[in-house]
This record gives sequence, C-alpha cells and structure tokens, in this order.
Amino acid sequence: MERPKQSRGRLTGMAALLCAAAATGVMVCEADAQQEGRRRRGGQQEARPIEITPDQVAQLTRIANERKLNVDDLLSAAKTFMPSGKHDEYVLFSSGGQSGQVYAIGVPSMRMLRSIAVFTPESWQGYGFAGMNDPVHESLKINGHPVLWGDTHHPALSETAGEYDGEFLFIGDKANARVAVINLRDWETKQIVKNPLTISDHGAAFVTPNTDYVIEGGQYATVLGYGYAPIEEYKKHYRGMVTLWKFDRAKGKIDTDKSFAMELPPYWQDLADAGKGASDGYFFINSFNVEMATGGVERGNPPFEAGASKRDMDYLHIVDWKKAEQVFKAGKFDTINGFPVISLATSIAEGLLHFAPEPKSPHGVDVTPCGKYMVVAGKLDPHVTVYSMEKIKRAIETKNYSTTDEYGVPVLDFDAVKEVQVELGLGPLHTQFDDKGYAYTSLFLDSAVARWSLGGDYAKLHKEQPWKLITKTSVHYNIGHLSAAEGDTVSPDGRFLISMSKWSVDRFLPTGPLLPQNFQLLDIGEPGTAMPVIYDMPFPVGEPHYCQMIKADKLKTWTVYPEVGFNPHTMRLDPNSPRKGDEGVTREGNKVLVKMTSIRSHFKPEHVEVNEGDLVTWRIVSLETTMDATHGFCIGGYNINLSLEPGEYTEFSFIADRPGTYPFYCTEFCSALHLEMMGYLHVKPKSGVVGPVYGPVSGK
Amino acid sequence: MSRIVSSLIGPRVPAAELQSHTARYLTPTLIFMAARIMLLISIFLPYWHMELDAPQYPNGLFLTAHVNHLSGDVKEIDGLNHYIGMRPLGEAAAFERAASIWVIIAMVLLVEGAAFVHSRWAVLLALPAVTFPVAFIADLYFWMRTFGLSLDPDAPLSSSVKPFVPTVIGEGGIGQFKTYAEFGSGYWFAVACAGLTIVGFYFHRRAYKPLFDRIRQSRLMAGGAP
Repeated sequence: MERPKQSRGRLTGMAALLCAAAATGVMVCEADAQQEGRRRRGGQQEARPIEITPDQVAQLTRIANERKLNVDDLLSAAKTFMPSGKHDEYVLFSSGGQSGQVYAIGVPSMRMLRSIAVFTPESWQGYGFAGMNDPVHESLKINGHPVLWGDTHHPALSETAGEYDGEFLFIGDKANARVAVINLRDWETKQIVKNPLTISDHGAAFVTPNTDYVIEGGQYATVLGYGYAPIEEYKKHYRGMVTLWKFDRAKGKIDTDKSFAMELPPYWQDLADAGKGASDGYFFINSFNVEMATGGVERGNPPFEAGASKRDMDYLHIVDWKKAEQVFKAGKFDTINGFPVISLATSIAEGLLHFAPEPKSPHGVDVTPCGKYMVVAGKLDPHVTVYSMEKIKRAIETKNYSTTDEYGVPVLDFDAVKEVQVELGLGPLHTQFDDKGYAYTSLFLDSAVARWSLGGDYAKLHKEQPWKLITKTSVHYNIGHLSAAEGDTVSPDGRFLISMSKWSVDRFLPTGPLLPQNFQLLDIGEPGTAMPVIYDMPFPVGEPHYCQMIKADKLKTWTVYPEVGFNPHTMRLDPNSPRKGDEGVTREGNKVLVKMTSIRSHFKPEHVEVNEGDLVTWRIVSLETTMDATHGFCIGGYNINLSLEPGEYTEFSFIADRPGTYPFYCTEFCSALHLEMMGYLHVKPKSGVVGPVYGPVSGK
Repeated sequence: MSRIVSSLIGPRVPAAELQSHTARYLTPTLIFMAARIMLLISIFLPYWHMELDAPQYPNGLFLTAHVNHLSGDVKEIDGLNHYIGMRPLGEAAAFERAASIWVIIAMVLLVEGAAFVHSRWAVLLALPAVTFPVAFIADLYFWMRTFGLSLDPDAPLSSSVKPFVPTVIGEGGIGQFKTYAEFGSGYWFAVACAGLTIVGFYFHRRAYKPLFDRIRQSRLMAGGAP
C-alpha cells in the first residue's frame, strides 16, 4: 500500500529542487555569459615575480657599462620604464605656457599623452578651424577682437571635499586674464571667460574645496574695467582685484551671472590658494610691490625690479570668501564694466579682507593638507614662513592689528599669526606636500627641491624634528613650480614629484638657441634624505608654470562620444546632426545646406556642388562608435579642418568665394582605404568661365 | 468522435490509480515542466558568440546572438564587412528573429500539451522542442553561408577577399581577423530542454504505456475494436 501523502511530499520536494537547480543554472550561466561576452582569447599575461638569472645579470651589466650607466640609473629606469600597453598610474595636467594649451603627461613614464587646445587654435583637434562663426573663435575674442594665444599658468582640477574628483580642469591665461573650463569627459575646452576688470592676471586658477568658486587673482594693477589713468595717479586709480567665478557643476560651466570680484589695493597680487579643512571658507593671495613702485627706468627712476623689492615685507591677503559671498548676495557691491565688484571700503567694513606681513616679494602661498597652515615662500628670503590658521582667526577676532595699510586694510600682527619660519635655501617659490608629513619647496636660485618636516599634527607622521630642513636634491635648472602626486589636496599621495625646471641648459641635445624646458621626476617614496631625480623629460612647447598630478583611475574619460551626433560644444545630442540616410545637399536661394556623414572609408555625399558666393552650411557627423576611429575633415584652401571623433557632430559655414575644384579629405589616417576617403567641393565660377586647364589641347 | 479524440490524447488516469502511483504519473509531467522552464529561460540568454581578433582590436570584437536579437560590436563588424561587400548582419534571419519568441512559446505550449497527451502522439508535440537546437544551428549555418557567398562584387576589397563560408562553430579566419565561435548558455539551455524532453518521454512511456496497453487489452477482451 502506497502512502500517497508522503509520496506527494517527496514529489513537491523534488519539484522544488528542480526549479532551484534551474534557477542556479540560470545564475551561473548568466555570469558565464557576461564573462564570455567580453573574454579575450590569449589575453594579457599576469605579471609574476621575476627572477634575474646570472646570464641576464651579466647582460644587464654589459649594457650598463656600454652605455655608461650606474646602478642608480638602472633603478631609475626600472622605476619609470613603462612597457608597451601598460598604463601610467598618474596623469599630470600641465600648463603649456605661451603655447596657450594644456598638456597631459603620464607618470612615472613621463610620456606625453596629448595636448588640449585651450587659448590657441590647434589644427589637429580642429580647434578653431571651423569656418565663420566658429564657436571656438567666438570664445577667443576679447571685446570683439580675436586673441589667438594665451599664457596658461595654473591648472586646477575640480575638487570634491578637497580631493581631485577628475571631472573638470580649469586654467588661467595670464596674458589676457581669462579662465578656461575643460571637461575631462572628452578633454576638450568648453568655456572661456574673460575677466571684465583686468587685462592680465596671475592667480588663476584655484578652486575652493568643493569647486564652488574658481579663483582668479590679478597681478599687474590697472584701472579696473580696462580704464585709463596716467601712471602718476597710480595710487589713486590703479587697483588690484580677485574674481570669484561661480562654477555650475551640473552645467559644466562657469555661471558668470553668479560671479563677482573684490577690489584690492594696487599691490601686485600673485599666487593664490583656497583654504580647506581648518581654513575652509578662506583663500589666500600673496602680493608683491606693496611699495607701489611705478618704474620708469628710462626716466631715471628705479626700474620695477628694484622699486618693487625695496621693502622687507609684503602682504599676505586673507580673504573670507564665504562672508564675501553673503555680502555679494546682499547686493553690497558696485558695478564695473557690468560686473559686480565689492569695493575695498565694503571689504574693510564687512571684515572680508585682512593682511598679514610676509617676507619680501613672496611667490607661492600653499595650504597644508589639513588646512591648518599656510606656507609662504619668500623668493628673496631664504625662509618659508608658516602661518597658523588658528592664530590668524584669533588675531582677526581680537583685532590684533599692527597697523593698517594706506587703503585702510587691517594688517595682522606678524608675530601673532606666524607659526614658524624654516630656513631652506635661496629663492624658495612653491610648496607641495606628501603623505608622510613632509613638505617640498622649490628653490629657484639653489636649483633644488628641499624636503622639510612639518610640525603640529604632522610631527607624528615622521621621525624628524618638526619644521626642519631634511634634504635637498639638485634639479636642472632654475626650478619654478613643483608638483607632488595630489600634492595640493587634503590627502597627498607622496611617491612622485615633478620639478618644473625652467632652464635645461646641458640636459638634452642642443636644439638651437631655443631650448626645451625640463620636467624632472623625483622619487619621493622613501623618507629621510633619499630623493633622487629619476627622469628628465624635455617639454618643448612653451614655458609651463604649474601642473597637477591626479591618480589616473579618478578620470572618467569617454573614449567615444556617448551617442552618434553628439555636439561637444553643447555636450548633448545635436538635433541638427544628420543621420545615416539623411545625407544630401539642399539649396535655398544662395544658401546651401550640406548634410554629410563619415564612416570608414567614405564621406557621403562625395560631391558637393555650389556656386561662387553661396553661403554654405555644412553639417557633418562621424557615424563611428569604435575607440580611436577618428576622422579628420579638411577643405584645403578654405582654412577648414575638423577632428571628427567617434560620434562627434560639427557644423561649420563659409562663403564659397573662391571658385574651383577643392578636394576635401579625411586628415586622420583611419583605415586601409583612408586615402580614398575624399570628395570634391565644386565651386562653380560666377562668370561661367572655367579656369586654367592644362593638358593635351584638342584639335590639330 | 470521442474515440478519435481519446485515441489521440490517450487514456486518462483513473483517480484511484493516480492516488496510488502519484510519482509514476507526475514524474514525466515535472520533467516536461523543467524542460519548458529551460526553454523559456533560454530566451533571455545568448545562443551564440563570435569573437573576432585582429591586431588593431586589442580587446577583440564580439558578436552575440540571442534568439531575437544580435548584440555586441554589430556596428563595427558591419562597418568592416562593408569593405568585403557583406550585407549588414541585421538583414540576416530577420524573420527568424521576429518569430523566435512566439515560436518558442508555441514549443513550450506543445511540450505542455505533451504532458497531457498520454498516447504516442505526444512525441509529435514535443518534436519541435527536441529538434530546436539542431534547427537553430542549421539556420545559423544557412545565413552565414548565404551572406558569405553573396558578397557584393563592387565592394572595395572584393578583388582581394573572395566569397567564403564563415565558420559557425570553432576557429576561422578572414583577412587579419581570427574568429572564434561558440554556443552561448541559451543554446545549452535549449539543448537541456531537448534532453529533458527525451528523458521525460522515457518516464512518460513508462507511466502511460501500461495504462494504454491495459485499456486496449480490456477493450479487446470486451470484443470491441482495438
């Protein structure tokens, strides 16, 4: 006799098991499928610990001796060499100086990765070669006039809570007082803002810890708003300034309507840095020429170089920007050239601005990672002077002023705000930090990098005496800025440091009278006195100023545009982008509209016929979706060249005022049939007369 | 009429018999159910993969076929194929892809039907599901062959690449590309469905054949027509 109930129970169990088995199967297979879908056959070999055989040691020794390399050289090579296909750990974004561009370099290999066109038209990137009304050209105009170069100085990576977030890069143009916004999705310049108050600047760009504001400090005092006054009225009419550009992260652009400036005395404001942590809400600007020298060596006056270096002390500007923002929002500002400016009187009345004396013609002011200390490098003083934020705040609260300056700005008592002075050597300029409680200061005159120990909370990170010079490494030569890995953030990485040496003299083969700059890589990974230079990289495109080094994995770079028809200027899919099948040429009166697609290895259409004098609007899109399948598009003789990266859409227009037959072609070697990727622009002459024709003449 | 129907769908199981031999009669039903689940699941999984390797594609190109759509680097592969004059992959097996979901649902219903048919006709109902994996591969081969052999003679590289039959499973090559094709998990689910269906029939036969024979026997004994 069967026992049905029990049997049914067993069956239910079996059924459940089957279903479970099936479900598990699904999950396993799903995971399988995902891996399967992207598995690379014979993929990369895993790195295994190496062993060097005696034979190989002999070989290495022979090569080293033949090339006259010592063991340190071999170690340097091992620390920097990057085998093919391996990626650098850090990316250095460097100003390109007078080239007007930004350059990206991999660290530690020091391989140049690419340039990013910013203030200077650049043909490879098709930057500024898109016919009339090119948005790039529009953005490069100042008061209606094209200014086709820049002197890029200080890049600033966007930050979140004081850490680089890898989203945006800002850079200032000293020559023309402009700030550019680069989006690190596609590494392209998205916006250029011109300072409406001043012609040139220096303290740009620096960001507040959450990138609320991009700071642009001025330099050479002028009459704000591009005004004029004779130099004799310098003290009365000339002014310095600092501008706070409000950054709208969602739009990826500076919101000029929410930006404002502050009037400053006509000292020459220099570098800036935003406070963080203990000093969040403040920023700091150095100044020189508090002498307010007006030069005129040709008139028998002391030249600027002497006049501006007379006094022993200049002024560190301490700005409470959070308070300034409230003052701006409360409408307590004047307007110069249509731009809101908080007057010096308002700044003093509202307590937005304080000065602290700082030794002689300083250059850099750098805030320590925790934000508790400000390090000012004296340039003409062998010390760095360290200020304490705690002491500054207390001095401000207790109004511990030693004096006020000529314009009524309170000057805090030097001894009340100074933490310590550390003697480092000659010509200290800029300071960076690591993760071990060390600071690194560039010494211009000594041509060296100084490592020194921080005190306070940092003292427990190292075994050294606090606030003390530990070692110096010679660099070649005349170091300006230096940059440690994430060395100006709240959590520096240490490990690598770049010395941006301004003279290379004998480091490379001579390249005519104009020599490259020298980017030197220092290994700062070991504490104590070891800090060797491990690589020299010639930088041959301009005189760079500052650079920042970000961990490469923080960058969320697009390798192709997210959609076909994407417009990098608007950062969205462009409704005007032609689609596959839309191609053609249409005419309305003398206006011609070309809709063109490009894909390996043809443009469509391949013939565009217009009449002389037609206004031609050309819409072109790359249908490519594959990494690195970039096309170029040029029309020779019409000064047009585009870079059509995968998915990119561009519109350009021009007047076809030069009759003839113009081949257009792909300028980026895209495929085996790249040379065949071309077409003709036929501009029919008005006269109907065909131009010169050579060749066999018909008839007798 | 009812005799024809009952000879088609076979005998019903008397309640008492079902009560006393539940396992015997439920086993084929459950196995068929599992087979149906396998087939339904396969809809969501890839049936076939192809990887194309070439020096300039260090991460390879991938093509994945589900029963109703192609995914992976279809655009890039189409772009490359245009050089040799191969039609876009989207034009291949368009009908099959459009119909596939309905066909699979129909097959699932037929297998479900097979659980209720207790005669040998049940085999007929399950036949589509059992032969489906073979049909899939045959269809794939048909399209690969058709596309490979009907290259556009005016294509840019038609003078250097002659019509060919791409490899459906295993290693192949064309130009600088090496191709590796293999079945995906969905295909193995479909195979599992076919296998389970066959196993199900063993139990189906074991359950219903005696019943069928007994009834026929009793009919014969009663002197009726067989």
